[in-house]
Parts: sequence; structure tokens; C-alpha cells
Amino acid sequence: MHELSVCQGLLKQVSQIAAEHKATAIDKIHLQIGPLSGVEPTLLQAAFPIASKNTLAEQAEMLIQPMPIRVRCKTCYSESETTLNDLTCTACGDWQTELISGDELLIERVEMQTVQ
Amino acid sequence: MCDSCGCNVTPGNQHLIANNGKLAKVGKHTTAVNILQDLLSENNHQAGHNRQHFDKYQVLAINLMSSPGAGKTALLEATIEALKSRYAIAVIEGDLETENDAERIRAKGVTAIQITTGTACHLDAHMLHDALHQLDLSSLDLVFIENVGNLVCPASFDLGHHRNVVLLSIPEGDDKPAKYPVMFRAANTVLFSKSDLLPVMDEFNPAQAERYLRQLANAAPVISLSAKTGLGMSSWLGWLQQEIEAHRERLQNGRSTRPAIQPDGVRFHPVSQDASNRIGHHHPHY
Repeated sequence: MHELSVCQGLLKQVSQIAAEHKATAIDKIHLQIGPLSGVEPTLLQAAFPIASKNTLAEQAEMLIQPMPIRVRCKTCYSESETTLNDLTCTACGDWQTELISGDELLIERVEMQTVQ
Repeated sequence: MCDSCGCNVTPGNQHLIANNGKLAKVGKHTTAVNILQDLLSENNHQAGHNRQHFDKYQVLAINLMSSPGAGKTALLEATIEALKSRYAIAVIEGDLETENDAERIRAKGVTAIQITTGTACHLDAHMLHDALHQLDLSSLDLVFIENVGNLVCPASFDLGHHRNVVLLSIPEGDDKPAKYPVMFRAANTVLFSKSDLLPVMDEFNPAQAERYLRQLANAAPVISLSAKTGLGMSSWLGWLQQEIEAHRERLQNGRSTRPAIQPDGVRFHPVSQDASNRIGHHHPHY
């Protein structure tokens, strides 16, 4: 699955952030993942020990905050929480909505050990 | 999603950067950095670079995605046959292990570059970039990227193309948009392929398939076609020509376009503020 390559990309970015801060190790990586990002959190967790080997993040903990799917209706302007495969407005039933949350694939916060 | 214009800041996460900026010292020997960076920003950066290559030579790049066996290669064969006298076309093939598809395309007299992905389940922007070095874009109008047959993984990767076309073949069943929402949400147009089978497979209800697509808040046009009989092909070819013209017009106005894969937030930002959508941002080419 593609979670391993997503994880490798993540580690490159996190390692770069660690280098900018002259960190000696990365403790925690906080992520936000929405179901519509196409990335499965459990598979990403499973890929992490493999991808992080021999990096500053080898001992790091990956914490994933699942994000809700929320849409805003273009007709009645209501905001509603919906399911993965039905993004229609729960207030008026119109399908023409825009996603306001649920496709996140973000690094939210990195905690690392620094000397100073 | 880009990291330059703030479009990845959503109502759910803006509090993280609203207060005291990005950096927070949490302990004597520990530092925490609040960032809101896309996990795929490395891929997305490369994708932006690829798009500049296409745009520089006024080439429209179309990413074809579907499950294996939905008829991507057959559609390309028929499309090339119909359009090759009018447009210079090339195909980038992503395939597991074999060169079969590329050979079928070459038999039509156009260039086909094979990216053999091994066991990879999707193409990414770096693989596409390697393939672009083997193509003379200056002599082309239209490039098709035939992605790996898979309704899951390819949907998450921007390759630097302009439009996503998703094929759903009649034998697969009409519920696929509901089962693979990430893929079908990313479609700029959806093709019901092998539509010549509809009379014998009445369990596929095109109206139901379209309803499932609309439930994903996707207004993409839907075209029923058959590369084998030619049914519906004129609508598809019309869509393609319209896209080629629209892209040339955009480029003349100094703009480009990205596929539907981008989160909705991007659309709220005017083009002028969105650096990765602008043409003319050049960096060295290694």
C-alpha cells in the first residue's frame, strides 16, 4: 500500500525540521488525518517503525488525530458532519457541498530533544 | 494543498497557529514546533515542477485512473486513432512489470514511455519526472498518464498533471463511487467504460452510479462509452478537445490548473496569491 511511501515522505520532512532545530532526537510526531485523505492511520502506524529505522525519529511516537468529515452546503449554508461516501447536506439534502474538514494529511507538531 | 498560502489551515486546526506562532519551547532540552505541513509536500513540490514543464510547452496532461482491466489502454488506443491527425500525443505508462500496454500504444504510432513500477501501487511525481526526461514535450499537445490499475492509492498523489479522468467499467458494478470515495472525489470526469455491455448487464444502473458520484459532492461530467463499438466516444473526444482549448487559453492568461485532487480550500484562494499555481516560477533542473 501507499502508506509506506507517505511515511517516507513524512520522515524526510520531519528530519529536515529536526536538522533546522539542531535536534538530537525526535520524541513525538503529531499528525492530523482525515478519512478522505486516502491514508489509513493504522497502516501508517504500521509503516512507521520500518520507515523510521536509522533516523532521528527511530524512537519517536506517532500520534494521529483523526479528523471529522464536515461539509458546508452551498444552498442553505448549514454545516454538517457526514459520512465518507455521502457528503450531502444533512439539513436540506443538497449534494452541492464543499468539504471543510476530512481530507487533512498534515504534520501538526513535532517534539524533539534539543541541546540548548 | 500547498504550504505557502495557508490553505491547509482549516477551522479545525487554526487555533494551533493563532496564538504564539510556530515555535514553542516546552522544556529545558525539548522543543516543539507547530507546523501544518502536508505529509505529501515533497511529492507536491515535485508535482508543481512537473506541471511547469507541461505548461512551458503548452501540453495538457491527463491522468487516467481505474481498477485493473477497466479499459484504460483500449480507451487510449481508440482516442489516439481518432485524434492523432489533429494533435501530437504521447503516453506515459505506469504498469506492474510488463511493457504490454506500452507496446499496444506504440503500435498506434505514438511515443509511449513505460514506468515499470515493480510492486508499487501508484505513480508519484518523482517517477513522472523521470519519465518526462525521456519525452520531447516541445513537439506535443497532449500527454496521457496511464496510472497503475488501482482505485485506492493513485488518488492521493498529484503528479503535476491537469485533469483526472476515472474509468468505471460496467462489469465492476454501479456502487464503486460509494466504495472508493477518495478516488471518485478526485475525478474531473468519469467514464462508464465498456458500455456496450449494458444491455446484458442490467444490474449496472448508470443513474445509480451517477447518484453515488453526486453524493461525493462531485459535479464532474459523466460519459458512457465503449472504445470497442465507438458508442459515446464523440462526447469523450469533445470533452478532451474542449480541455485542450481551455488550457491553452488559461496559459495565454498566465494561469495553469490543477486536478480535482486538491482539497477544496485551494479554490478559495485567488490565483495571484497561490504561488504554486503561477507560471514562471523556475528553479534549476537537475
